[in-house]
Amino acid sequence: MLGSALSAMAEVKVGQPFPRLDAFGLEGALPETSGKVVLVDFWASWCAPCRASFPSYSTLQKELAAQGFVLVAVSVDKQAGAYGDFLKKYAPGFATVRDATQRLAAEVKVPGMPTSYLIDRHGVLRAVHVGFHGDSSVREIRDQIVRLLEEKP
Amino acid sequence: MNKRLLLTILAGLAAILSGCTTVQPWERAALADYKMRPDRDALMTVMTEHIYFSREAATGGRGVGGSGCGCN
Repeated sequence: MLGSALSAMAEVKVGQPFPRLDAFGLEGALPETSGKVVLVDFWASWCAPCRASFPSYSTLQKELAAQGFVLVAVSVDKQAGAYGDFLKKYAPGFATVRDATQRLAAEVKVPGMPTSYLIDRHGVLRAVHVGFHGDSSVREIRDQIVRLLEEKP
Repeated sequence: MNKRLLLTILAGLAAILSGCTTVQPWERAALADYKMRPDRDALMTVMTEHIYFSREAATGGRGVGGSGCGCN
């Protein structure tokens, strides 16, 4: 009970700096994120809505990369095989890393799968999206990304 | 005696309740597995549904049309 209370306090809130991704021993190459608008998306190979989000996220990454947007998809898969097979099959057009120990997921206390965290150019969390609801989610996330990209660095 | 009983119950509750935990969203890989789906076996589902609507004295059952007479 004390454990859950403590981890609830550790939950990252909008307006707070998001934890540094390189401090959690993530497996895979992290892209350059400093000074960029970053969308950190928590997903897993066993999560169907996550799979549904991948094509749209690939499009977003391709479309907005030049303006300084980068998507980091953090898998919480414990099984390396399932993770690898999934990537081979769906070949996403953005960076994917694996939180094999699930330390980052526990640190930010991901409220559901998938959840994406939108971080501004200064590393501050600006929006949290829980779940993926097709086009309406994409539109909302895209609008927010564009707004953050337009902010003065 | 009552005091001892109370203590035993309290100790038992403490032992049981401390074993409770919330499965976090990122820990649900096993629960999301195909094998965990109750309807993974189509034939089994059909047979279970048949027994259900034939024996529960219900009119129809789970979306299957029928009279509930147990004869279908």
